[in-house]
Amino acid sequence: MDKFRMMFQFLQSNQESFMNGICGIMALASAQMYSAFEFSCPCMPEYNYTYGIGLLVIPPIWFFLLGFVLNNNVSVLAEEWKRPTGSRTKDPTILRYMFCSITQRSLIAPALWVSVTLMDGKSFLCAFSINLDIEKFGNSSFVKGMSETEKIRLLARIPCKDLFEHQEIRVAATRYIKCISQACGWIFLLMMTFTAFLIRAIRPCFTQAAFLKTKYWSHYIDIERKMFDETCKEHAKSFAKVCIHQYFENISGEMQSLHRHRSGQDDSGDEGEDKRSDEDKLLGIRAQDDMNKVLWNWHTCKPALALRKDQMDGENSSKLNGKINEGFNGFANGHAHETKKREWAVYYSKV
Amino acid sequence: MERLKLVLQYFQSNSESISNGICIVLALVSVKLYTSFDFNCPCLPQYNKLYSLGVMTVPPIIFFFLGVLVNRHTGVMMDEWMRPVGNRSKNPAVVKYLFSAMLQRALLAPMVWILVTLLDGKIFICAFSVSVDPGLFSGVPNNTGLDVIRIMAKVPCKEDVIFQNSSFRKAVSRYVRCYSQAVGWSILLFLIILGAMGRLIKPCFEDHAAFLQTRYWSNYLDVEQKLFDETCVLHARDFARKCVVQFFEDMTEDSILHLPHPSFISNVSERWEEEEERLHGVTRQEQMDQLLNKWYYGKPELDVTRIAHRPRPCVTWQDPGGRTLYSDV
Repeated sequence: MDKFRMMFQFLQSNQESFMNGICGIMALASAQMYSAFEFSCPCMPEYNYTYGIGLLVIPPIWFFLLGFVLNNNVSVLAEEWKRPTGSRTKDPTILRYMFCSITQRSLIAPALWVSVTLMDGKSFLCAFSINLDIEKFGNSSFVKGMSETEKIRLLARIPCKDLFEHQEIRVAATRYIKCISQACGWIFLLMMTFTAFLIRAIRPCFTQAAFLKTKYWSHYIDIERKMFDETCKEHAKSFAKVCIHQYFENISGEMQSLHRHRSGQDDSGDEGEDKRSDEDKLLGIRAQDDMNKVLWNWHTCKPALALRKDQMDGENSSKLNGKINEGFNGFANGHAHETKKREWAVYYSKV
Repeated sequence: MERLKLVLQYFQSNSESISNGICIVLALVSVKLYTSFDFNCPCLPQYNKLYSLGVMTVPPIIFFFLGVLVNRHTGVMMDEWMRPVGNRSKNPAVVKYLFSAMLQRALLAPMVWILVTLLDGKIFICAFSVSVDPGLFSGVPNNTGLDVIRIMAKVPCKEDVIFQNSSFRKAVSRYVRCYSQAVGWSILLFLIILGAMGRLIKPCFEDHAAFLQTRYWSNYLDVEQKLFDETCVLHARDFARKCVVQFFEDMTEDSILHLPHPSFISNVSERWEEEEERLHGVTRQEQMDQLLNKWYYGKPELDVTRIAHRPRPCVTWQDPGGRTLYSDV
């Protein structure tokens, strides 16, 4: 059981923890980028709003798209979406589930950027300083007699410490806008947490059975793809080995067989076993055209999700008895498809 | 490094330990968030109270939701509550136990935030500086044109010009902070007394035997769900491998006779047998769908007699004379 647990942890850690790790790294990167970024408000009425709100909105979009790019499951999703139906039906719920899980993970870094920006307050200050009512903040006698445009230009300079002379009014206005910005930030965080709570804690009330199914099959698709790549790699290795072996044999056929006879039976046994296991790994695919067909059909006509029982039955009974005894148990083998499998034990005695 | 791994393993071994660990991590996160949060009192009479009470109540709500979200028991409890009865009767005591455990753990981080807030005092000062009677302190700055309320509202802001060279602001802050800390310590004391009383008095009111049963079955449900997920993952892997191999083998046009290897020579077929065992006979998409459906709609009864007492083949070696040479029995 321990082996299973370790393997399970390894499998899980490969898929989910890896994606969670990437997600966490991107979140940290977004917080770090914000603190390293030098925010410099233009302090001009035409550009303040664009700069402030742009800095609040555009980096999150960028992080969201980056999350999609870095997520391996995006290509799995695209492949599953675009493949021809072949002998395996397509299930739209699986596509939806995969898309939702990718989106959820990609939303964390943008949400963190937005909340850090709002808690800091600088972008709100830059965007909304011209909308302030400056009388509220103290002795504002200097604005009396100014035209509208001059007043707006003065207000636009509030975010810039060195451009605005009346420090107490600037400090009071900064504090006011920062307070509103932080309130917005907390409300944003509350909304995101509440939405996540609704999705994860309340969802089991509605679609639990279907959810188990989609979770299993989407994980299956991902792992099938990995298995296919692994099998192809192994196959290529064995293909290459056998190919090279055959090439050498062809070039110096007599020398090889002479050498083998002279060095005794053990070597041939081992070599033979290796070669046999390599031949096994070829799984019957021995030509370039066959391999091309395998790779082509894997996309255009994926196989049905149904493993053949007779393949396993045949191996089971032959494992117990070997080919020699198959004739003896022939009648059991012959009825293997209709009757239940019967276990035979044969005792070998040296007496 | 080894010690860290051991500690992690210990925490991961028990599902309750994991929940406790996560709960403590969330409490530490709440303290860190408080220290890194730049508290910015508006220092205006209309907004002070609103802002302060907002900062004191909204983050605890967020931490509460987070605590419920990251707790594994939430999923187990919802599953057990919402599932159809099937072959297994429902035990409401287990659901109640899981709910109270989850609630207790989720309430820790919010309480930590509130206590840290009160013990630090900034927020109380921001909220209640307007309610202080300035007559209690000397040195009220009366040369500015502002009325008393506005002056008191500016007390939380250190850098304001009207408080330069004046000890008035510091005196008022100290006074309000003292109140805030008193409230904080009282709440802490109250919670600790409540917890102690609960622990001491609980055995008088509850049936300990029933409690043991409830705790066992709630732990069982958690472990069962984890094992089901594990089995599904392993099954998917074996299913995928066989599907891929079958696909490769189907592509060849000539039917090649696969010579079976006797098991004592090649270890390939041993692995194959192990993998077949892990498939547990489920080899088609419809079978798997049915299995997952049934897991939800008709959970199996809690009775493993059949598999626990499965007959095991025992070998007995006898010589021609009937003497037992070796026996598994």
